[in-house]
Amino acid sequence: MDIVALTILGALTVASVVVPWISHQNPLAIGDVLRLRLLPPATTDVNGDFHLLGTDRFGRDLFVRMMLAGRISLAVGLVGSLLASGVGTIVGAVAAWVGGALDAVLMAVADALLALPRLVLLLVCAALWRPGLSTVVIVLVATGWMGVARLIRAELLGVRTRPYVDAATALGASSSRVLWHHALPNSLGPAIVATTLGVGNAILLESGLSFLGIGIQPPRPSWGNMIAGGRDLIVAAPWVAIAPGLALIATVLACTLLGDTLRDRLAGEAGGTLRERA
Amino acid sequence: MLRRLGGALLLLWLVLTITFALIRLAPGDAATFLVPPSATAADAARIRADLGLDRSVAVQYARWLVSLLHGDLGESFALRQPVTRALADALPVSLGLGAASLALTFLVGVPIGMWQAVRRGKPVDYALTLITTVVYAAPSFWLALALVAVFTYGAASWGFPAALRLPAFAMRSPGGEVHGWAAVADVIRHSILPVTILAAVGAAGIARYARSSFADVLASDFVRTARAKGTKPSRVYFRHVLATVLPALIVLFALSLPGLVAGSIFVEAVFAWPGMGRLMVNAITARDYPVVMGAATIYAALVLLANVAGDVALPLVDPRRRE
Repeated sequence: MDIVALTILGALTVASVVVPWISHQNPLAIGDVLRLRLLPPATTDVNGDFHLLGTDRFGRDLFVRMMLAGRISLAVGLVGSLLASGVGTIVGAVAAWVGGALDAVLMAVADALLALPRLVLLLVCAALWRPGLSTVVIVLVATGWMGVARLIRAELLGVRTRPYVDAATALGASSSRVLWHHALPNSLGPAIVATTLGVGNAILLESGLSFLGIGIQPPRPSWGNMIAGGRDLIVAAPWVAIAPGLALIATVLACTLLGDTLRDRLAGEAGGTLRERA
Repeated sequence: MLRRLGGALLLLWLVLTITFALIRLAPGDAATFLVPPSATAADAARIRADLGLDRSVAVQYARWLVSLLHGDLGESFALRQPVTRALADALPVSLGLGAASLALTFLVGVPIGMWQAVRRGKPVDYALTLITTVVYAAPSFWLALALVAVFTYGAASWGFPAALRLPAFAMRSPGGEVHGWAAVADVIRHSILPVTILAAVGAAGIARYARSSFADVLASDFVRTARAKGTKPSRVYFRHVLATVLPALIVLFALSLPGLVAGSIFVEAVFAWPGMGRLMVNAITARDYPVVMGAATIYAALVLLANVAGDVALPLVDPRRRE
């Protein structure tokens, strides 16, 4: 399953980088609209260009545009999830290691932010700030760190009781060295699974925001705003809205399968011999 | 139990404070968010005085808390009515949609998960895993558009029978000549597509979770004992396995409630149902911030309510957790 997932992701990433690069069709330029608009998939237009997935309302090739949108959606998903996990790891580590009042405050804030459904929090933040690429990433990070923070904190609290942590402390390692060098590397398992699943989630959320018009702004393409653009064409030219959705599904599917496989592997390891780097 | 309630109230207070802080932290003057752009100078001055926008943050916070406790969530710019009234109109629609979807989600998702766990590793399991993961990965707004393309427009042009031609817009047919049971049937017909989408995505998630929970329990010792004793398979699955998994499912049920209301945001936007989701989306587009913050507050309250409900339900269902 994970081979399939990795293949899909790899193919999509390569395609989204390569296809807009080598294609001579400009996905952002609006050319001869009347002759090129809304061509069905697998047709050749009057200029002799072949359109694998047809054209949209402005005559732009849909496949190239979809791959360009893929760059943005994949990048936002990856960066958003990785950064959110980074922030969450730091917060969770500090909370678990320092403990006391800081721990209580940090976890209370995390719980409060978790109480708001993530989409609602995203919508509120996106409404208050100017819509755009950086807003989407910042807001994804701001609403996504809590889960990883709780996971890291829980793992660290368990790892803290392990013998090798005592050994390191006895050998004179400072508290922070024990944390960063010994405890944290062995606590990352569930967080890695959450991050992988988080990439798919982030891509879905970004596409949702863009669909509603408060995420990535046109003419910069994102799978979400392409679907929104095809919404009123669903009768005349359904491929305009359907195609980006299929790309979205493939990507999120691959991320979810990957996350599931990682989780199964992790559970297997924990059940058997836990190879920890002491 | 009282501690849990206290904790939930504390969280609610924290959430409300965060929503208060968000508006103050956003770029620009807080007045842009809280004073309608069309207000006359006199009105604007009055609102500013009411909210204490010219005073310190502490005064603003105190005033805002007091008005909140009075149930005053402000006045909507675009709708020209108190936010509470707009929310009160929209909430039942969302809750109705959510309740129907949630019921279907669990009625469909749990059996699928059980079936997969029992037939683990067989082709049926792989096929269902693929289907549930694909449905889970699909954005709900895209599913909505795809289903509308098939069942509303496709049905009209490909000649589906009248029963399968499903409406794609609003909660009721325009015109308003239907009354009584016909009106109820009309609403139900309009709700088929939205509920199907919400239930499909929800059921996919629940099936995945139920499959792994069931599989874990099926591998445990007491199930082996039951089987060794010669218990009928159906009794094993329902009396022993389902009973063990039920507490987790009930907690999941309570926790899904707010997620469902949030997930309906897209579905309501696409199908133009007058619920909380569409209210919030329209408010965001119209820069109607009192409604946005009011809706966010309601969502937070719902989540906390669902958490408390889950906490209360757990000991009732799982005797091991009774104190």
